[in-house]
Amino acid sequence: MSASKVIQAYYNDDDVLMHAVKKVKAAKHHIEEVYCPFPVHGLDKAMGLAPTRIAITSFMYGCVGLAVAITMMNYIMIKDWPQDIGGKPSFSYLENMPAFVPIMFELTVFFAAHLMVITFYLRSRLWPFKKAENPDVRTTDDHFVMEIEVHGNEKELKDLLADTGAVEINISEKNLH
Amino acid sequence: MYTISNRLKMASIIMMAVGVLGMGYGFLSAPSTEAEALAMVAAHDDGHGGGHAAEADHAVADSHGATAEEHAEGGHAMSHGEHVLHQLQNKPWAALYVAAFFFFMIALGVLAFYAIQRAAQAGWSPLLFRVMEGITAYLVPGGIIVFVILVLSVMHMNHLFVWMDADVVAHDKLLQGKAGFLNPIFFLVRAAIFLGGWILYREYSRKLSIKQDAASDDSNFKLNFRISAAFLVFYLISESMMSWDWIMSVDPHWFSTLFGWYIFASMFVSGITVIAMVTVYLKSKGHLEQVNDSHIHDLAKFMFGISIFWTYLWFSQFMLIWYSNIPEEVTYYVTRIQDYRLPFFGMVAMNFLFPVLLLMNSDYKRINWFVIMAGIVILAGHYMDIFNAIMPATVGDQWFIGIPEISAILFFAGLFIFWIFRALSTQPLQPKRNPFIEESKHFHY
Repeated sequence: MSASKVIQAYYNDDDVLMHAVKKVKAAKHHIEEVYCPFPVHGLDKAMGLAPTRIAITSFMYGCVGLAVAITMMNYIMIKDWPQDIGGKPSFSYLENMPAFVPIMFELTVFFAAHLMVITFYLRSRLWPFKKAENPDVRTTDDHFVMEIEVHGNEKELKDLLADTGAVEINISEKNLH
Repeated sequence: MYTISNRLKMASIIMMAVGVLGMGYGFLSAPSTEAEALAMVAAHDDGHGGGHAAEADHAVADSHGATAEEHAEGGHAMSHGEHVLHQLQNKPWAALYVAAFFFFMIALGVLAFYAIQRAAQAGWSPLLFRVMEGITAYLVPGGIIVFVILVLSVMHMNHLFVWMDADVVAHDKLLQGKAGFLNPIFFLVRAAIFLGGWILYREYSRKLSIKQDAASDDSNFKLNFRISAAFLVFYLISESMMSWDWIMSVDPHWFSTLFGWYIFASMFVSGITVIAMVTVYLKSKGHLEQVNDSHIHDLAKFMFGISIFWTYLWFSQFMLIWYSNIPEEVTYYVTRIQDYRLPFFGMVAMNFLFPVLLLMNSDYKRINWFVIMAGIVILAGHYMDIFNAIMPATVGDQWFIGIPEISAILFFAGLFIFWIFRALSTQPLQPKRNPFIEESKHFHY
């Protein structure tokens, strides 16, 4: 971690914010972070963030869930304690498979959904008792904050941001990840 | 304004002409006597290596599809020859009926989708309204053809619906019990009410939609919203009853309580697929400039989602019957798995595995040619779905996808293409004064 100087521009409208982000990107500045009270549609694209890979993890977790369901039902219903349900005592996994489809489906969804949420939390560095990272409590209410690292171009950035309709501009020292 | 290109027009007319010839061949080559029918079956069996003919003879006696049972139960068993004769005589009719219904149900599925967009006051879809209205124009010719086939069935021109045969009903207690509902007159009256209701809504909603273009306020739009909401109630009931009448009743002893939903899922996904395909086609010709990849993406999401919905209903129907194993219910699947193994399981692969694997990736849903390829598989799969619903009860194990079946598909595909693109060319492709049109233009995902 290194301490560095950041400039924080405050906005009170998501449309103004979107235009500001596009303008800052067009001026070739790197936006460190944007704090929002709610998700802003298209902000990730405007900021130039890489597309999310969470869908791929979700697919893999779903495959794990499916495999767990198949192994589990095979062990419970066929191997460990073979049962005769509905007059189908075939003791063969394949012949009883239709009865296990609901379980396969449910566990696929269960694994995909829960592990995806947990992955998202970990990747976003969120865990219980974590101290909030947002620089200002107003970003949980009605303000948006755009954070840009300063490399000796404070004046230039300030002018640019003031031009984009920022309602407030602060400079602060910050520990960056 | 869109004008139908000469190439498309010629292609559709050629498809219709080839289809008529092939269907004519199918009707002419159907056997007229028991001896001919037996000779045809024998020749067919020889072609696949002898020794099979004797086996076929044997199979007919015990498990030869639903029609065999119905006759046998009445203590009125038919000879093998008579049975095969009826199946082979039904074959060209069943091919005609499956294709006629399939293309009709695409238009009906689009009508439901359109009514939902209207009733939900959806903001993303108004740019596609004219495309949907163009496709639902096929309800009139398609509905009339299906109705004529049903009238011909009532007039005993074919044996698609065994319960229409008074002789069969006289020997069948179950059918006598159902005769209050399942009788030829009431059957046709119901069909006329369903078709009348669907076509009435379609024409009225289309009229309001066009009037809105030149209107000075939103009153047409609001009225369209109200009639669409009311229509959906009518549609839900009439579509369900239609599926019992036109499809489930070919197996008059068998019933399933979610059959209406199941057929609905099939027509809904086919309809959405055709909307996507027509939109992509029109875009490729330089029309619908305002329609962007996000609209295609949304349609592809529906194709993906409703394919899974269809599978859910297909499996729900299958698993309960498979598990409970009640003889009168399970015969439905026994005939399909014994005599229709490839189309029956092939349909699940085409309607479930293909869409799930092809359309799962978000990026693929935005690639236009990819959506078209997935759409072709989905449409073929849902044709097979209707094929599997009608054929086992009407032609039994004599099914084949040959000249009569392919010709019927060609004919109705040609008529469908000709009719919907002609309807699309009568009005501007972009609605002008829809209050949500701006939102639709700026729709992005």
